[in-house]
Amino acid sequence: MADLKTKIHNIKLKNPVLTASGTFGYGVEFDDFFDVDLLGGIIVKGTTIFPRQGNAYPRMAETASGMLNAVGLQNGGAPYFASDIYPKLLKYKTNVLVNVSGSTIEEYVACAEIINELDHISGIELNISCPNVKEGGMAFGISCPSAAAVVNAVKKVYQKTMIVKLSPNVTDITEIARAVEGAGADSVSLINTLLGMAINAETRKPVLSTVTGGLSGPSIKPVALRMVWQVSQAVKIPVIGIGGIMNATDAVEFFLAGATAIQVGTASFIDPLASLKILKGIDDYLNRHHFNHINDIIGCLQM
Amino acid sequence: MRKSVQDLKVVSNLRLNDDQHILHLQASNQLEYIHPGQFANILVDQSKNVFLRRPFSFYSVDYQNNIVSFLIKGIGEGTRTLLNAGVDSVLDVLFPLGNGFTLPEPEEKVLLVGGGSGVAPLLHLAQVLSKNSNKIHMLVGARSVSDLVEMDNYKRYANLHTTTEDGSHGEKGFVTDHSIFSEGMTEFSRIYTCGPDPMMKAVAAKARVKSVFCEVSLENSMACGFGVCLCCVVQTIHGHKCVCTEGPVFNINQLKWQI
Ligand SMILES: Cc1cc2nc3c(=O)[nH]c(=O)nc-3n(C[C@H](O)[C@H](O)[C@H](O)COP(=O)(O)OP(=O)(O)OC[C@H]3O[C@@H](n4cnc5c(N)ncnc54)[C@H](O)[C@@H]3O)c2cc1C
Ligand SMILES: Cc1cc2nc3c(=O)[nH]c(=O)nc-3n(C[C@H](O)[C@H](O)[C@H](O)COP(=O)(O)O)c2cc1C
Ligand code: FES
Repeated sequence: MADLKTKIHNIKLKNPVLTASGTFGYGVEFDDFFDVDLLGGIIVKGTTIFPRQGNAYPRMAETASGMLNAVGLQNGGAPYFASDIYPKLLKYKTNVLVNVSGSTIEEYVACAEIINELDHISGIELNISCPNVKEGGMAFGISCPSAAAVVNAVKKVYQKTMIVKLSPNVTDITEIARAVEGAGADSVSLINTLLGMAINAETRKPVLSTVTGGLSGPSIKPVALRMVWQVSQAVKIPVIGIGGIMNATDAVEFFLAGATAIQVGTASFIDPLASLKILKGIDDYLNRHHFNHINDIIGCLQM
Repeated sequence: MRKSVQDLKVVSNLRLNDDQHILHLQASNQLEYIHPGQFANILVDQSKNVFLRRPFSFYSVDYQNNIVSFLIKGIGEGTRTLLNAGVDSVLDVLFPLGNGFTLPEPEEKVLLVGGGSGVAPLLHLAQVLSKNSNKIHMLVGARSVSDLVEMDNYKRYANLHTTTEDGSHGEKGFVTDHSIFSEGMTEFSRIYTCGPDPMMKAVAAKARVKSVFCEVSLENSMACGFGVCLCCVVQTIHGHKCVCTEGPVFNINQLKWQI
């Protein structure tokens, strides 16, 4: 057994495998399949201050090696999360983080204030990169001043670790990463989904009710890997790699590119046990290559 | 029963016609109870182009031999690949998923209405209801007699009625044109239906007019099948609900259908 312990700011992770928001529910949906506490942490569904019904059906289109989604942050709102869902998460011994979203800076702040009161939540992941909402969301994540402004505002009310989740739908992701680092982000996670579109040729109609949606899955891995590599050289805070991680080899590639931890997303839809298998596979890789610690491969791309 | 991912062995692949097969899959462990209307999400790893699992309702369950079966209609790459599954090959199956039909009281007289591959969950339901001493009528609609499959199997559990669009079997027309709806509708205390959306809506409309209890089994497109992606929602009177966890079976009074 290699040592898989790592740290994201003040959050101690027993291993670097986390689950991506919106792909792991509240964790409890996986209790039938495996002991979720084995993971380094879980990041629960995108949460907003007000309840959201999300977008109309159809919200999903399968693509070559991936899928588009247009869920649109359907959730019961932060007060509902605190009263009805949070109590169910107290049983987890591993880190539970909440993905926080909003349409305005005030909404982000109000949501973060509520989560700040919840002792058992280790940190928040600020989602400034959701492509599926009309206002806010990604709009904050595609310009440096607005990204910095929302991070700044939330930093004032949120005391624990704040990870900022970046959008790949930008010209230069390193600029945004530096801007949020400057504004007080403790870590950055990337990437959120890539804006895409699907058309049904037979009906000559868009497949998604929203026309465009967010692309995820193995098809986005090369883009994600490139961005993680660029960002890890641009900032000093830890980088969390996300995007098309289906197996341990994919995960190792992200560590080599500079990620301190990774998140498993769409893979969990196909195999609910994917995150656990990836965790075991990372350990196997380290043993096979005689590394004692996960740190021995982080950012160790041989050029 | 807890949801799990299991390797099930293909023990037979029965071709019914050009595009419909029945796959019989055997579990290595004792099967736990599967409720009629529940479904499984099957990995299609024989095709590189099929990324997500494909959902299928249980067609029948044999607890003695630990065999579940699925009636699969080939409509695209995923289903067609499954139609070619070889005997002794192994499929990766996530099950059991979703809720299922609300069972009637014993002795109640019920009507099951199916169209296309939508008949699949109705056979499993009929199997269970026949043990519950219900009086079961089953109405199956198809385009033509060649699309009507498994009639003998349905007859074992139900009084069978059919419609075909070309009149080659049973009454001519759509299922909702069948005389059963004009004659004895109110003698049925419950109607269960599964099939193409327009068919289910037409059946639901008939049921609503006569205030008969009616449940429909929806086939929304899905990414996960166990409630985490929120892609499969249907608009209900209580807002968006996931078809995979709160359905696929819904009472028509819960749905915001324009019928
Ligand atoms: C709960 C549930 C139970 C089901 N039970 C059965 C069953 O017992 N037997 C059976 O044969 N099928 C069943 N289906 C349908 C089956 O899952 C689909 O036919 C299958 O996923 C299609 O995969 P494919 O790769 O062959 O087709 P694809 O290549 O994915 O699709 C082919 C075409 O059909 C359209 N399409 C596919 N799925 C849907 C959908 N859900 N809604 C609208 N359009 C769609 C696509 O847009 C495309 O044009 C069920 C579906 C659900 C959700
Ligand atoms: C159905 C779905 C819902 C998602 N919801 C959220 C969300 O609420 N908040 C968020 O920050 N990211 C969300 N994401 C993005 C994922 O967390 C992840 O960044 C993205 O899917 C890329 O990783 P993957 O390729 O491993 O899935 C969602 C993705 C999917 C597929
Ligand atoms: S298919 Fe994922 S929530 Fe229903």
